[in-house]
Amino acid sequence: MLLPTVLYFLIFEYKPMYGAIIAFKNFNPYLGITDSPWVGFKNFEKFFESYYFLRLLRNTFLMSFYSLIFIFPASLAFALLLNELRLKKLKSFLQTVSYLPHFISLIVICGMIIDFTKPGGIINSLLLGIGLISEPIQFLILPEWFRTIYVGSGMWQSLGWNSIIYLAALSGINPSLYEAAVVDGAGRWKQLMNITLPGILPTVLILLILNVGTLLNVGWDKIILLYNPGTYVTADVISTFVYRRGVMEANYSFSAAVGLFNSVINFTLLVLANRISRKTTESSLW
Amino acid sequence: MVVKRSMGEIIFDSCNVLFLILCSFLFLYPMWYVLVSSFSDAHAIAAGKVSFFPIGFNLDAYKLVFEDERVWTAYGNTFFYVIVGTLINLVLTTLGAYPLSRKNLEGRNIIMAFIVFTMFFSGGLIPAYLNVRELGLYDTRWSLLLPGAVSAFNLIVMRTFFQSIPDSLIESAKIDGAHDFRILLRIVLPLSMPVLAVMTLFYAVGHWNSWFSAMIYLQDRNLFPLQLILREILIQSSAQNMLAGVTQDEVFRISESIKFATIIIATVPILMIYPFLQKYFVKGVMIGALKE
Repeated sequence: MLLPTVLYFLIFEYKPMYGAIIAFKNFNPYLGITDSPWVGFKNFEKFFESYYFLRLLRNTFLMSFYSLIFIFPASLAFALLLNELRLKKLKSFLQTVSYLPHFISLIVICGMIIDFTKPGGIINSLLLGIGLISEPIQFLILPEWFRTIYVGSGMWQSLGWNSIIYLAALSGINPSLYEAAVVDGAGRWKQLMNITLPGILPTVLILLILNVGTLLNVGWDKIILLYNPGTYVTADVISTFVYRRGVMEANYSFSAAVGLFNSVINFTLLVLANRISRKTTESSLW
Repeated sequence: MVVKRSMGEIIFDSCNVLFLILCSFLFLYPMWYVLVSSFSDAHAIAAGKVSFFPIGFNLDAYKLVFEDERVWTAYGNTFFYVIVGTLINLVLTTLGAYPLSRKNLEGRNIIMAFIVFTMFFSGGLIPAYLNVRELGLYDTRWSLLLPGAVSAFNLIVMRTFFQSIPDSLIESAKIDGAHDFRILLRIVLPLSMPVLAVMTLFYAVGHWNSWFSAMIYLQDRNLFPLQLILREILIQSSAQNMLAGVTQDEVFRISESIKFATIIIATVPILMIYPFLQKYFVKGVMIGALKE
């Protein structure tokens, strides 16, 4: 019964892991993975020495770091505020509305971003209307705006969805704790600090570990749809670089090396974050 | 329990309500704007006049989109990928999750570890891409159906759900002579409707919205899913192609609203099933959040 699923993992997950050894080879499609000649770390050296290395590393790291420090706490805050809401109907309406963006396709989201940020788009109209700027800004052409757009739209997409897990954790807190606190004369703030936050701390930590573990894993999807050679300076990240070099230019070995570098760093970060968390608190992934 | 609220609490509650209403406005407005624009005159959109209600109401954009053959082919393809793909997903995920949820399966922890590992480490884009080419799936419909056929995360969610089904129920069915497949089909799955609903939603939405694998694996335009056509219209701005044989001014008049109309036709089906499954998926995420 288990066989088809195990086969799936072997063929589509583990075989590519084996295939990653082409990073250490000079891959030739005619010879195949096994027969292509070994070149050791040459592809990695080429990447580390290239002018792109630092730029890609910086962009990748900054993009996910900003997402982490803005979206992560905002989702938590959103969940806490929702939890304090006493109007049940409004609460469920808000939840429904906040998950919606999660189900809209990325192409549509990017289409909306492109349209909203162009010179005649609603964002420019709004900013001009309230007198914050005197002429339209070409947001997507200017590299300095790219990260803001990336993180801002990311927040819109995932804020509600991310908050689900906190709301689930919040609903798991025993209500009698609050009743006892009220009897003891604790106000809302005290209840938050002494009951609510400690109650969801394990969940928060687990999510934090997972986030740190994917710190170099900025998705290519949104970036590929939004960037252009003019914004590569701030927008190009490791995965988009791998896509361009590998899929578009058929530079297989080199881009496999770049991709492998990314996977290894991520995995190491995850293991480290997990270990630190297990030592300092009691939560860990394994 | 009735507790008198202090002044501070009343102020906090009011501010909170106001703030959250503002948030919901921010979540909804972009979609409302798209909807309104799709019915509006392109000149009005370009002039920034459209904000809450359509201006120069017309359905021309929808007419043009629906007359375009590319859109219909792509719509059909997307339905195919969603239906067949989701079926494959559900079958494989269930076949993996059920045996792994039974305590009497030997070596199940090792197999579990083997599956969970793929959530944290992968060979990367290029080896996966070469793998698909090597298997001969390149430029076939299978390239969108087979890679990613099981999500390790969903498998864990499902397994956790199956574990909550009492062993005694399965034991007694076994004593009655039912074999494993029968137990799965007749006892376990009927009890697992909520989790199946969630999985269906997750996988179907994934297929509906996916475009990256189609972009790298497909050459044949007849196999393109809707999202790739959308990408041409929205991101590469080729809405004009739909307007062959129309005057320059006409082109401008409509191309803007075509974008919005295509967004609507690509998003509405998802948003239509969403309310029905919504109550299930919160539960699904909760199951996934619990650790074993």
